[in-house]
Amino acid sequence: MDKTWNNKAWFLVLPVLVLVAFSAVIPLMTVVNYSVQDTFGNNVFFWAGTEWFEELLHSDRFWEAMVRNLIFSFIILAIQVPLGIFIALNMPKKGWGVPVCLVLMALPLLVPWNVVGTIWQVFGRNDIGLLGYYVNALGIDYNYVQDPIDAWVTVIIMDVWHWTSLVVLLCYAGLVSIPDAFYQAAKIDGASRWAVFRYIQLPKMQRVLLIAVLLRFMDSFMIYTEPFVVTGGGPGNSTTFLSIDLVKTALGQFDLGPAAAMSLIYFLIILLLSWVFYTVMTNYDAER
Amino acid sequence: MNLDFSWMAWTWPTAAFFIVIALMLCGMGVWEYVSPGGNPRIGVLRFETTRGDRLFLSLLGSAFIHLAWLGLVGPNLWWALALSVVYAIGVFRYV
Repeated sequence: MDKTWNNKAWFLVLPVLVLVAFSAVIPLMTVVNYSVQDTFGNNVFFWAGTEWFEELLHSDRFWEAMVRNLIFSFIILAIQVPLGIFIALNMPKKGWGVPVCLVLMALPLLVPWNVVGTIWQVFGRNDIGLLGYYVNALGIDYNYVQDPIDAWVTVIIMDVWHWTSLVVLLCYAGLVSIPDAFYQAAKIDGASRWAVFRYIQLPKMQRVLLIAVLLRFMDSFMIYTEPFVVTGGGPGNSTTFLSIDLVKTALGQFDLGPAAAMSLIYFLIILLLSWVFYTVMTNYDAER
Repeated sequence: MNLDFSWMAWTWPTAAFFIVIALMLCGMGVWEYVSPGGNPRIGVLRFETTRGDRLFLSLLGSAFIHLAWLGLVGPNLWWALALSVVYAIGVFRYV
């Protein structure tokens, strides 16, 4: 029998459509309008055509920020995913330790981004910060304000502290959903710890790992507040990621046209990634 | 009530761009009304897509084609537009 299609249900989505129009569509339209014009304020605009896009696509500053962002996202994934799996595997599965570990893991996720930045900005200072002071006391020359590598290390450790918990909690949810029968069968077969991980735990965590990888990639690709608070994008431009570069252009230099063009390119990249995320997720569900 | 939209900095080319997008969405709505279900099928990407997915892929791909043309060739975008139309036809035919 043919399924009955009732398109009148779409009218129920109208309130959301109006809300999204005001919060997203109208601002996005304005950004598109700005991206092809130049302004010196006072609502006076001059037609610039595709000039800002061309300038941006040939700008070393833009591509350097993009490469920095991709390297940052890659490092974040390379650390947080294995570390998250490792911690989740070693968390207790029953008893009083479960709620304690879950609360401890959830704590960093509850701290607002700007607070995380402030904590690490103070924590890393080599005069009054606990981390900075003792690292220097050990004879390691650490100064995230002056040294680009130190700045990168600080930002990466901060992000690992803030977001590894998300990977842990997702992996843990995947692990506790594995029935005991799987482990019993593995024990009867005399499977090693590695074999249990490789053939039982890892396949069962595949779905949550996929979510974790994609969430962490997109989030790290859009990172702004934490590095901005800690390093302000410096020293020099060494920790200037795309979003920081965008804010510097839009608010620091008041170059609304180039900033709008950059926003649109950034938006298109995020849109592409979101589509990949959505497609992978829905197809994984369909295959199951 | 006097609504002032001058802060949105409208221009005729950008207005035309959004009108075309809106017309496309209306067209898709009419198409869906005439032939409900979204015509799902599995194409060259080896996963199911509806005609809405195909429009999205066409628009997103066209945006990247235009950007690539601007970055690699130059500011004359008519050929990029032609290439995008060919790409969109390909997406609607094979994806």
